[in-house]
Amino acid sequence: MAWKDLVIERRSKETLNALLFFSLALLFVFQFALGPDRERLASALPGLLWLGFILSGVLGLGRAFLVERENDCWEALLLAPGDKSAIYLGKLAGSLVLMTVVETLVLGLFVVFFDVDLGRALPGLLLVIGLGTVGIAAVGTLFAAMTAQVRARELLFPVLLLPVLVPVLLGTVKATEALLLQEPLAAVAHWLKLLAAADVVYLAVGILTFDVILEG
Amino acid sequence: MTTLLGWLAALGLVAGLVMGFGVAPREVTQGNVQRIMYVHVPAVWVAYLAFAVGLVASIAYLARRRPGADRLAHAACEVGTVFLGLNIATGAIWGKPTWGTWWTWDARLTSVAVVFVMFLAYLLLRGAIEDRERGARYAAVLGIVAALNIPLVHFSVYWWRTLHQPPSLLKPGSSTMPPVILAALLVNFAALALLGAYFVARRARVLAVEEEALA
Repeated sequence: MAWKDLVIERRSKETLNALLFFSLALLFVFQFALGPDRERLASALPGLLWLGFILSGVLGLGRAFLVERENDCWEALLLAPGDKSAIYLGKLAGSLVLMTVVETLVLGLFVVFFDVDLGRALPGLLLVIGLGTVGIAAVGTLFAAMTAQVRARELLFPVLLLPVLVPVLLGTVKATEALLLQEPLAAVAHWLKLLAAADVVYLAVGILTFDVILEG
Repeated sequence: MTTLLGWLAALGLVAGLVMGFGVAPREVTQGNVQRIMYVHVPAVWVAYLAFAVGLVASIAYLARRRPGADRLAHAACEVGTVFLGLNIATGAIWGKPTWGTWWTWDARLTSVAVVFVMFLAYLLLRGAIEDRERGARYAAVLGIVAALNIPLVHFSVYWWRTLHQPPSLLKPGSSTMPPVILAALLVNFAALALLGAYFVARRARVLAVEEEALA
């Protein structure tokens, strides 16, 4: 499943290209909104970074089930043999790869444009980004399947997703902020635990309830 | 049965008013403003109770697929949202004279607001799906995610910042509250819980009638 989506994505590059330009545009918007004041920019940076991740994630995830919908393959998903949770995990893996690519590039752009010094914080930061991305993608994939068949889906998807993601957003932003101030990883241990707990909850609910959503 | 529940709730509300305005003394520092607590605090308890009922009913619906469980989940989450709104509104009314502001991004205010928005989204999803059976399934999944998310929201927002006075009742150790005030609070809690149960029963009944009419 993940392989199929990745192959489609690699051939068309439709979502990836659009997401990259979106992130770039977002970067400009942030810059214009905050002005050139370096101090203010630095203090807002973790929030901006995760806002970028989440917004590009919302756009990317919202499209996760569009391929099936547009090509009338929804029934094929239903008829697919085996466990339905495999489809969920496949879709999740595909979205994770896509999000990771976009996030890596966004992080790179932030380093270049906002002159961020990652330095020793990088390994911890990667852990935070990993935990946060899994959380976003786990709920996002579940809700994307849910809203794929509903009218006003582009609107409903972020409306459902964003409030649920508040704990993930708070955890990642606070942890990123501390790590960028060169604090040790142990100082953000409680946030890492929270993010891990959120990932476990979202993944478990996703795996257990996905067949219920696929029913029709 | 439902009518009896309604009368019990009405009786409880009268008793709650008597306790809140008559029996309970005027608070020394805050004055009469403090009496809004007898609605404010029980409302949030009833709301979370309703969301817990909604969680159980959602799981039960996915397991057994009885329409009754779905209607219970729908009614409970809707009533819970209303009581949470009541809690936020009374909190703002209390906050203006006491803290000097309607709203502050304090930990408990924020977490309650996030939960409120989460369940508004739940009700929005309910309204967006025409197919009844599919709506029931999707809403059950969202109800489970939202209810399980409540503790995560609370912890994250609590660590994010806090200045709210710590809960004085649901904490380890003995209560610091004078017995009269505690009694008034509990009577009002019972009254609002009865009222909530009455609303849920009525709402579930209305949903059933709606479904019959559309079927």
